[in-house]
Amino acid sequence: MCGIVGLLIKNPAMRDELGELMLPMLIGMTERGPDSAGLAVFGDRISKGKVKFNLFATSADFDWNSFEKAFDSHFGSIAELTIKGRHAVLSTTVIWESVRDWLVHSYRRELTILCVGSSMDIYKDIGTPGQVAERYGFKNLHGSHVVGHTRMATESAVTPQHAHPFTAGHDFCLVHNGSLSNPNSIRRKLEPLGIHFDTDNDTEAACRYLEWRLREGDTLEQAVQSGFEEQDGFYTFLMGTENKLALVRDAFACKPAVVAENDDYVAISSEFRSLARLPDIKNARLFEPAPEELYVWTI
Amino acid sequence: MYGQFSDMNQYLHHNLDKSNVSNIRIIHPDGAHSIAVGLDVPVNIEIEGHAGYFCAGMNKQANVTINGNVGWSVAENIMSGMVRVKGYASECAGASGHGGTLIIERDASLRCGISMKGVDIIVGGSVGNFSAFMAQDGHLVVCGDAGDGLGDSIYEAIIYVRGKIKSLGADARIEPLTDEDHKVLAKLLALAGFKHDTKEFKRVASARQLYHWNADANQEY
Repeated sequence: MCGIVGLLIKNPAMRDELGELMLPMLIGMTERGPDSAGLAVFGDRISKGKVKFNLFATSADFDWNSFEKAFDSHFGSIAELTIKGRHAVLSTTVIWESVRDWLVHSYRRELTILCVGSSMDIYKDIGTPGQVAERYGFKNLHGSHVVGHTRMATESAVTPQHAHPFTAGHDFCLVHNGSLSNPNSIRRKLEPLGIHFDTDNDTEAACRYLEWRLREGDTLEQAVQSGFEEQDGFYTFLMGTENKLALVRDAFACKPAVVAENDDYVAISSEFRSLARLPDIKNARLFEPAPEELYVWTI
Repeated sequence: MYGQFSDMNQYLHHNLDKSNVSNIRIIHPDGAHSIAVGLDVPVNIEIEGHAGYFCAGMNKQANVTINGNVGWSVAENIMSGMVRVKGYASECAGASGHGGTLIIERDASLRCGISMKGVDIIVGGSVGNFSAFMAQDGHLVVCGDAGDGLGDSIYEAIIYVRGKIKSLGADARIEPLTDEDHKVLAKLLALAGFKHDTKEFKRVASARQLYHWNADANQEY
């Protein structure tokens, strides 16, 4: 199964309430995805010349203080670290490839890189959506848009790394309701191009495929179109970029989605019951996205 | 009364036929699933807002009106009575319905009337892809357009479409309306309250080429 939620706030005055508005949507999808949950939140861009990494510690005992010292002594530059339990945001002026290589080389077992970029943060973990939301304080998040997911695993393990959203490149994420039958052939196509996979999850294959197409110069429309040819299976995909939410369903459209839009927001969910508590939902324009059509909203 | 949806369905199943209640309003449905499923009482039910999946499924006798949209599988396996959706219906509306009437005033999504077995479905707007797939009996009236694969592998159900048909499914074909068709269609449109001339509709029915195995057909795949 799995549940998808997305919210893009059009009215800047409401951006401080992003977490509060989104939380009932995510918790409303608990029955569709009780084993893990996650979200990508897009907020203010960090200052120019900096990059941020979202990191997840394999163990709750991970020593962030020692990590910070190790970073400072390795790069001779101070790491700015914001820690929430096993999750941390590392902001730095050091060139991002060097930081990534150092993290992979020195902390392969201890840390997972959740995302790299300048405006996106990723939180994902195992547990019910309510538990995960509580653990990372989803209620207090603010920003322009959010891409959320509740998971009921059907094809790979239940671990924080297998939870959605998946990310690739910078400030790009994807969540998925459905299942792909050819993730391994997509992997075999991408790995020789130097594209590294973190898990054996089918959604990661779609995420890396689409991000690769975008990096090759495709527009979002072209990337999704080529995805129709390449990805075999059932899917509703919700994608987030620095300034966009994008939604697409496969040709058979057997995975649901509902959109509600008004002057203040665009809200997306697998089912209407997740949208029922949004302000002024009664007067929002409601529609079901058509198969093989790409819907894009820009902040 | 206030409470959980399971309490409400419990009341509708076990207490309603012993009472004199003939009209019920359900407020703040908020997209909940399985509202008023499995009714077997001649009662009028109004649902004020959007309902979730399986609304009024397996309905017998009851007259259910939804003043909003419905999620997947509204009136799934309906046996008798009437279900009217004032808004839009998601996928699989009226799936496998054996009897009774389902009216959708706006559009119905994909797979409307899939495997219908005697229900009459009247849609004021358009229907999505794969509608009336393997439809066995009953009528599907579409006042708007129909999507891809309409009536694929259809048996003896009859489809009437007023607008464009994107594509027909295997063994479905367009036929002229008979006098009997005009009478049946006029009655169904009147029941739904849709004012269209029956002459504007096309009839889609089975070519019956899939009924028997054709041993002479090219069997190479």
